[in-house]
Amino acid sequence: MLRIIRARLRQGHRTTRYPAGPPPSLPERYAGMPVIDGAECPSGCSRCIDACPAGAVARCGRSVSIDTGMCVFCGACETACPRGAISFTREHRLASRDREGLIVKPGAAPGPRDIFDAKAAAVFGRSLKLRQVSAGGCNACEADTNVLGTVGWDLGRFGIQFVASPRHADGLLVTGPVTLNMREALLSTYDAVPEPRIVIVTGACAISGGLFRGMPATSGGAEGLLPVDLYIPGCPPHPLTILDSLLRFLGRTGPDGRKAPGGRIRAAKPVGEPE
Amino acid sequence: MKQGAAITNCGTLPLAEVPLLTRAEFGRFVADSVSGGSRISAMFACDAPGGLTMYAVLAGASTGQICVASTKPSGGMDSIVPECPQAHLFEREVSEEYGIEFRGHPWMKPVRFMEGGPASAATCDFFRIGGEEVHEVAVGPVHAGIIEPGHFRFQCHGETVHHLEIALGYQHRGIAKALRGRPDRRRTMLAEAIAGDTSVGHATAYCSALEALCGTDVPARAQVLRGVALELERMANHIGDLGALAGDVAFLPTMSFCGRIRGDVLNITAEMCGNRFGRGLVAPGGLVRDIDGDVAGRMSASLSKAVSEAEEAVSLLWDTPSVIGRFEGTGTVTRALASAIGLVGPAARASGLELDSRRDFPGGIYRMSHIPLSVWDSGDVFSRALVRWMECQRSAAFVREQLASLPGGPVSAPPADLPRNRITVSITEGWRGEICHVLLSDDRCGILECRTVDPSFHNWFGLACAMRGGQISDFPLCNKSFNLSYCGHDL
Repeated sequence: MLRIIRARLRQGHRTTRYPAGPPPSLPERYAGMPVIDGAECPSGCSRCIDACPAGAVARCGRSVSIDTGMCVFCGACETACPRGAISFTREHRLASRDREGLIVKPGAAPGPRDIFDAKAAAVFGRSLKLRQVSAGGCNACEADTNVLGTVGWDLGRFGIQFVASPRHADGLLVTGPVTLNMREALLSTYDAVPEPRIVIVTGACAISGGLFRGMPATSGGAEGLLPVDLYIPGCPPHPLTILDSLLRFLGRTGPDGRKAPGGRIRAAKPVGEPE
Repeated sequence: MKQGAAITNCGTLPLAEVPLLTRAEFGRFVADSVSGGSRISAMFACDAPGGLTMYAVLAGASTGQICVASTKPSGGMDSIVPECPQAHLFEREVSEEYGIEFRGHPWMKPVRFMEGGPASAATCDFFRIGGEEVHEVAVGPVHAGIIEPGHFRFQCHGETVHHLEIALGYQHRGIAKALRGRPDRRRTMLAEAIAGDTSVGHATAYCSALEALCGTDVPARAQVLRGVALELERMANHIGDLGALAGDVAFLPTMSFCGRIRGDVLNITAEMCGNRFGRGLVAPGGLVRDIDGDVAGRMSASLSKAVSEAEEAVSLLWDTPSVIGRFEGTGTVTRALASAIGLVGPAARASGLELDSRRDFPGGIYRMSHIPLSVWDSGDVFSRALVRWMECQRSAAFVREQLASLPGGPVSAPPADLPRNRITVSITEGWRGEICHVLLSDDRCGILECRTVDPSFHNWFGLACAMRGGQISDFPLCNKSFNLSYCGHDL
């Protein structure tokens, strides 16, 4: 017992002070939100489009756009561009409440999108229980979602927990491209979640199929199978990205990712029946 | 006995030089090699130029020799499973993919439930035990916690598990098919995604295979840094699993500390490439990016801190009788059984088998720098935990040593063309054990077939055996002591 206490004292209190303090530092080579300087694009050039392994770069006027819902943040497009028109910033706040919002267009500011959901905040703002379903995930998104439960992050501080039964859950957090063999289990799990409920999709695979898009044994993610409330891009998303997404979605932090006064940024509105 | 052709790890042969045996000779070759001490590293069928061909890759740890042979399986084969149990899943795979009948196979079922086959693993036939008060427990595909899907069917009498059958396939994404064709960046990334917690292991095995075929000479610096990333991957997962094992017996101090320290190790990998799982680090020819001295210094300092904290956290396990009481004698796999079913990695070493690809079939940096073998012989949860901890310590020493003396030079060699109609076998010791990638090139400078065998493919049956005669309430603990990959098995 004494040894345990001594170890505890030596290991110290290691939970991040975020969002009250600064977030844990990201690796120096971290690739976050991309920005595109459309003015730099040589006409007829498609090097970045050809270089992207995930098909995330598409024509957009005389420049290109990057769909961060498909992007695996490998930086191939950045390397391929002879003019430096594409760069990946260190912006880790990547989430969006709609699919369209994940598409980065030329000249767009690299700041985060507002993802506050007043209704979700009113119902789940102080207690959100999620059931995680891995539907073909490679275990990277799962692992970095799981890590939020460790003492370093302590997701439980915010009333957010992962639960064993969909019956105890307020929503699903889905990972993976949704294999044909997991479709039925995913849909049954969703059906078992009582209303009102939310769906959060995490990682390129669950958003769009990611690298597996178009492969016959997969469904191209949860899009079209389930009504999605929150998209969290990455391959896999950094734990900080996942945590930031959940906190801003629920209004536990403001648009700047700083702690909201009283843990809320807006007064809860009464909630009607879900559509 | 007809022989196969000998090949070294990442050696290559013209397809025409792979001995073509009759179906009976092929069965004898595999079964006799196994009874002579080799293991089946890979056995698969594919549409080769001369029609459907089945290949077997046998690895002899004691001799350091890998042997390859082939046969034409059409018309059906006699199953070798009755005398060579470790072939059971390979035969089932060939049968599922190509409809080949294996006469006398004791339990022929699909492996991955691919398109066009039976609908679901959970609705298939299961091996059942009859009798008064025998009951079945069905678990999955969706489990408690954040975990990949799989289905477990227990045959119980009271608390006692008499048989566990594991039915997977839910994670089947079709990676093997997708890896055929011309190698490109997307395919390298698909190889990384075979199992996300083994991104570096699979990327290294896959890229080494491509490099072997093309005759690419990977620069020393890249070889060393690959080794560093591989050992960091091993440490992160082992430390995480030691924490999770502590959690499964409700010993919270080690669970809390190790859960956090695992993340610290992932962050060291992220220093190399920006991604905690080492995504986008390894590429054909070497690495995508180099690191400078500052990064190497930072990595080494972070590692020293993480390892000393892990040392303290893990030592609490060995000093706590209530933990050891749960670990010892739980989920025992004997040495003879481990050998018969072809276990690999820490699970095999924890049953006393002296197997480690880093020593037996060294490639890359492991040809220059050796890591001592970590073996313990009690075959139980305790043994699997102890072996992982020994490996962590040895990996840490290795990484520190390598980072302190990095060779200079580039980290990437220019790509070369794929030669036509050749085969290579690439073996890498991932953190779960032997990762085997077999690549065959076609006659148009593409990949005809890329067979990837994740260590989990060998080891899932070991978990089933470990549960026999145990209590169903010990399943989570046993499961975590193996911690196998669902997607690595399902591809």
